[in-house]
Amino acid sequence: MSDITREEVARLADLAKIALTSAELDRLAGQLDAIVDAVAVVSGAVDESIPATSHPIELTNVMREDIPEPCLTNEESLAAAPAAEDGFFRVPRLMGETP
Amino acid sequence: MSLTRLTAVEQADLLARKQVSSEELTQAHLDRIDEVDSHVHAFLAVSPDQALAEARSVDHDRATNQDLPPLAGVPIAVKDLLATKGIPTTAGSKILEGWIPVFDATVVRKVKQARMPILGKTNLDEFAMGSSTEFSAFGPTHNPWDLTRIPGGSGGGSAAAVAAFEAPLALGSDTGGSIRQPAAVTGTVGAKPTYGGVSRQGGVALASSLDQVGPAARTVLDAAYLHEAIAGWDPKDSTSLNEPPPAIVHAAKLGAQGDLTGMRIGVVTQLKGEGYEPGVLQRFEEALETLRGLGASIEEVDCPSFDYSFAAYCLIMASEASSNVARFEGIRHGLRVGEDEPGATAMTMMSATRAAGFGPEVKRRVILGTYALSAGYYDAYYGSAQKVRTLIQRDFAAAWEQTDALVTPATPFTAFPLGEKVENPLAMYLCDLATIPSNLAGIPGMSLPSGLVDGLPAGIQVLAPVRRDEVMYRVAAALEAALTAQWGSPLWANAPDILRQSGKEDAR
Repeated sequence: MSDITREEVARLADLAKIALTSAELDRLAGQLDAIVDAVAVVSGAVDESIPATSHPIELTNVMREDIPEPCLTNEESLAAAPAAEDGFFRVPRLMGETP
Repeated sequence: MSLTRLTAVEQADLLARKQVSSEELTQAHLDRIDEVDSHVHAFLAVSPDQALAEARSVDHDRATNQDLPPLAGVPIAVKDLLATKGIPTTAGSKILEGWIPVFDATVVRKVKQARMPILGKTNLDEFAMGSSTEFSAFGPTHNPWDLTRIPGGSGGGSAAAVAAFEAPLALGSDTGGSIRQPAAVTGTVGAKPTYGGVSRQGGVALASSLDQVGPAARTVLDAAYLHEAIAGWDPKDSTSLNEPPPAIVHAAKLGAQGDLTGMRIGVVTQLKGEGYEPGVLQRFEEALETLRGLGASIEEVDCPSFDYSFAAYCLIMASEASSNVARFEGIRHGLRVGEDEPGATAMTMMSATRAAGFGPEVKRRVILGTYALSAGYYDAYYGSAQKVRTLIQRDFAAAWEQTDALVTPATPFTAFPLGEKVENPLAMYLCDLATIPSNLAGIPGMSLPSGLVDGLPAGIQVLAPVRRDEVMYRVAAALEAALTAQWGSPLWANAPDILRQSGKEDAR
């Protein structure tokens, strides 16, 4: 068995920036444990000698010419933003209160 | 005969001979959507004004004898994963509800260059994460063959729209089977091109090293025409192949002549045994007989690493997905929640927005992916999965030494009742057992009908080597022609009437 506890799911949810409810933590802990058990076989199927494949068809150094192309206007970029001000995305403050 | 029951090629032919206008044809499909979509729910948004405007523009150009592309005036539906300028794009998620893109995905731009009126956007599992459309934030799509059953997923909306004659063609995307599995369970045709053969730019990414956009259709030739219209290099997609696309339409026409003499077709031992329904295997075996009758040789091919493909896929897909959906943060588009809470910061707003905007399957995969990528587990899970991917590619490479194409059942089972697997993620993931290996290896694959099992469609999958999509189309077209001749009519022509089915439901 793997070891995905409720506390581990809470830690992962914090890393993934999703505020899970208590009920979700309970449910996910059980489900993820079963899924990880089923997929853990991969580590026994390979060894040091096998190279990893990150892309099905390897292409290297794909770059386009360094020529300016038309792009979205400031207005278009902000068109779907939940909040915008003076041509910028508006967000809540980044730092919390200092205790 | 109703216009909507014609194939895309037949529709294009009537248009070219000016026996019908694109406006009439497009209106006929909009009327069909009005008639049945409240029962099927294939569409999340319908765009009649834009569709009819483009149809009239094509009619005008045809009346003045201008040169037009082959599918000009034939309407199309677009999976709601693909950005459409001026038409809402949700990817099936609440977090994007109300987003109206200011740009077109490259494939949408190509469909517009092909002069195809866009009927609307089709339903999908949220961010394409699912095999039944039940994880759409906007409710499931129903299988036109039996409205109480799943239409497959994630592209159940595109497949159901085509099966229900709401559109002759649709665009889909396929990460682990999201075009092919819905095609199989709705009695239609769906193809995943070679990785990089079609641009992914403007598609909401699920797993970038697996995702590929492709066609949904009722016939192999229709799929070939759409595939050819959207194929080709795109400088905006750095994984796109900078080379001429294969001659797919030609291959489909060649295949339909019914001669596969000399073609070596392999059957993968690992993709037909345990976990596959007997009825599905029965139709598969019969299809093999038909292929033999067309002159192909059939031999069994051993791909031992495929036993690990499901596990490797789950890890790679979830890892890439958790990284890709990081872009939904309540800042640049869509939903924002928790901004006005006391002490709120950008981080608490982000966590609250993602909690409210993501559904259960997205949360599950993001947490799984975060786990697989986290310190201490990376080598055992993500690292090993990437090595399995190498083994799977080697198995395919060995198979191509002996064969020109491979065939497998497209899905282990036919359409199951809505609700049956929603609470059982592992059972749901197994829907893609046969389709996953090709995504891991980047090779092309397509599903076409193999027959009915207890009144429900089953599919057969054809796989070909990387960059050899035309081989897959040739084999599929030959098999389709032979099976259609055996049946006396295409499978999709015999789907039960939707309004009569829904009447039965109402009476219950």
